[in-house]
Amino acid sequence: MSTADRSQILNGIRRSLRRGELSADGLQAAQDRLRQPPRGPIVARAQLGQADRVALFCQWAEFNNATIARVGAAEVPSEVAAFLARNNLPASIAMAPSPQLDGYDWAGQKMLSIRRGRGEGSDQVSVTGAFAGIAETGTLVMASGPDHPVSLNLLPDTHIVVLREADIVGGYEDVWGRLRERYGKDRMPRTVNTITGPSRTGDIEQTIELGAHGPRRMHILVVRE
Amino acid sequence: MQSTAHAFKDNVGTALADPNLQDSLAKLKVGFSERRRQAAERLPEFEALRDRARDIKNHTLAHLDFYLEEFERKVTALGGHVHWAPTAADARRIIADLCRSVGARTVAKSKSMVAEEIALNEHLEALGIAPIETDLGEYIIQLRNEPPSHIIAPAVHLTKDQVADTFLEHHRALGFDKRLTERNDLVAEARYVLRQKFLDADVGLTGANFLVAETGSSMLVTNEGNADLSNTLPRMHIVLASIEKVIPTLEDAAVLLRVLARSATGQESSAYTTLNTGPKRPDDLDGPEQYHVVLLDNGRSGVLGTEMQDILRCIRCGACMNHCPVYGAVGGHAYGWVYPGPMGAVLTPQLVGVEEASDLPNASTFCGRCESVCPVRIPLPKLMRHWREREFERHLTPKAMRRGLAIWSFVARRPGLYRRLTAVANRVLSLFGRVEGRYRSLPLAGGWTRFRDFPAPPAGGTFHAQWQAGRKRP
Repeated sequence: MSTADRSQILNGIRRSLRRGELSADGLQAAQDRLRQPPRGPIVARAQLGQADRVALFCQWAEFNNATIARVGAAEVPSEVAAFLARNNLPASIAMAPSPQLDGYDWAGQKMLSIRRGRGEGSDQVSVTGAFAGIAETGTLVMASGPDHPVSLNLLPDTHIVVLREADIVGGYEDVWGRLRERYGKDRMPRTVNTITGPSRTGDIEQTIELGAHGPRRMHILVVRE
Repeated sequence: MQSTAHAFKDNVGTALADPNLQDSLAKLKVGFSERRRQAAERLPEFEALRDRARDIKNHTLAHLDFYLEEFERKVTALGGHVHWAPTAADARRIIADLCRSVGARTVAKSKSMVAEEIALNEHLEALGIAPIETDLGEYIIQLRNEPPSHIIAPAVHLTKDQVADTFLEHHRALGFDKRLTERNDLVAEARYVLRQKFLDADVGLTGANFLVAETGSSMLVTNEGNADLSNTLPRMHIVLASIEKVIPTLEDAAVLLRVLARSATGQESSAYTTLNTGPKRPDDLDGPEQYHVVLLDNGRSGVLGTEMQDILRCIRCGACMNHCPVYGAVGGHAYGWVYPGPMGAVLTPQLVGVEEASDLPNASTFCGRCESVCPVRIPLPKLMRHWREREFERHLTPKAMRRGLAIWSFVARRPGLYRRLTAVANRVLSLFGRVEGRYRSLPLAGGWTRFRDFPAPPAGGTFHAQWQAGRKRP
């Protein structure tokens, strides 16, 4: 890595802006912005109360070709099994090794075979949790970590997501706040995927086809408290 | 890629005569602009967000050195590496060295216009490293050995049948010997072929829509998920981004994301928006061991502080080309380089030289639709006009046009003479065109009459004369 190249670019920027290093005021303004990021215009539909927020999340997720099942915590394993049966999918899932998911009673699903770990190219169905849901656009937020390998979001044909109602927030800014709370102001997980519906492409004649590289089917279990 | 922007006029002739291209463009004109309109209408705050998006970019450009250094500091703190590339050649060398450091044979690439700009694929191929385009559109045109014709829909110039022929030709060797007729079958076949290539790739190379200084994250927006496979499966992730992609904070990203997808495809949100921050953590179950960001200048720092600075706000949504009557008539290839449409007409002369690309800023009717839909409110017609002025100053404008302009300005500055000459011309045109009411051909106006008739002026004199006459009436 060449420090000369670095200086060349940075000095080129300063020369073009007709200044040296930032002035004290300029520096203060930029540092303040990083410390206390100002929010953009308020988006009304991102400011709803809890019940409306959940409803709006479901509405936009379905608009974006996901399917939704609203269930109680006790029904999570049976809804997963029923979804697989309804869609003629094998009763075999790759599941994120997360305490949240392990907290559900999978033992009752005798026919369901569960492998815990990261995604493999041959996986047909994955089951993961979600860090948050964004009501504004029906978007899921996945934070990578030992309890959530990124490959599970991408490789299988079908992605089943278990999302707690309490984790549905209004807008993107609310997710940033939660990430800072959970990981620290300057510590992001390796990957944060925000995912809105199944994978899609419009690259052939501008007509949307689902399942370009990621899952072609996304089923979201919205779990009541 | 090698520019053919100098041959714009010839390229236009070819494009207008290509029936497949014209079919594709007809769809584009309705599809993208209608979907954008609907998406904007669904969000009452859309116009306020555009203002804010413009302001965020302006603030960042005024503090660009600070935010780039801050971004570098955060990336480094999390175990990633930042490389500074003043020129395209520097960026190519840095990326090739990184690929060789892990003995890479294949690179899974996610669509990057900056990679096109620095002609990365050709460079890697010459070194025996195979770049594999994984965005479906980019994959199709890579098989066909064509450049992209649109910055977000690179294969928009092709029909389904052309794609089917291309797949049959290239996938036959892999055992796919049936010509497909359905779009979903074509998508499924590409998915199958590319899946193995993802799993085998040594390096994943992506662009970035934004670089977030606050967190040291690269932010990537796609619909297919190919960028995410590229940054998750291989053991090295290289991000190639130009310096103006940096933004201050995640809050700023939220504003820009809200205008980006709606302006680009009319979606409420693209399917995948991903923040990558550093390499795999010790307890992660997947992810790359190395994370590198290559920051490319390639002439951009020199645009700061000039009358062209506004173009650096561009977030590459493609709305300007989707709404441009010139792009809609000739498509992206005619522009001859990586960036087509109005934003390309402004950026290309900057990056490849105004001598090479002098026709592009002239390929505009100045109707202003591009500016009216730009999510960061870039005054594109004004910037194209700046280029025209510079061309005129540097005597790049064709001689006949310069002479014509000189004669016109001589006459226009002499109102008496102007009125007399236009009155004569008006009378002559009116007299000879009386029978048909229009002209099928006209000396000096062949460019117009070749495609449409020229209306003969009605009797009663020039507009000026009629106006004067009207004022004299009580």
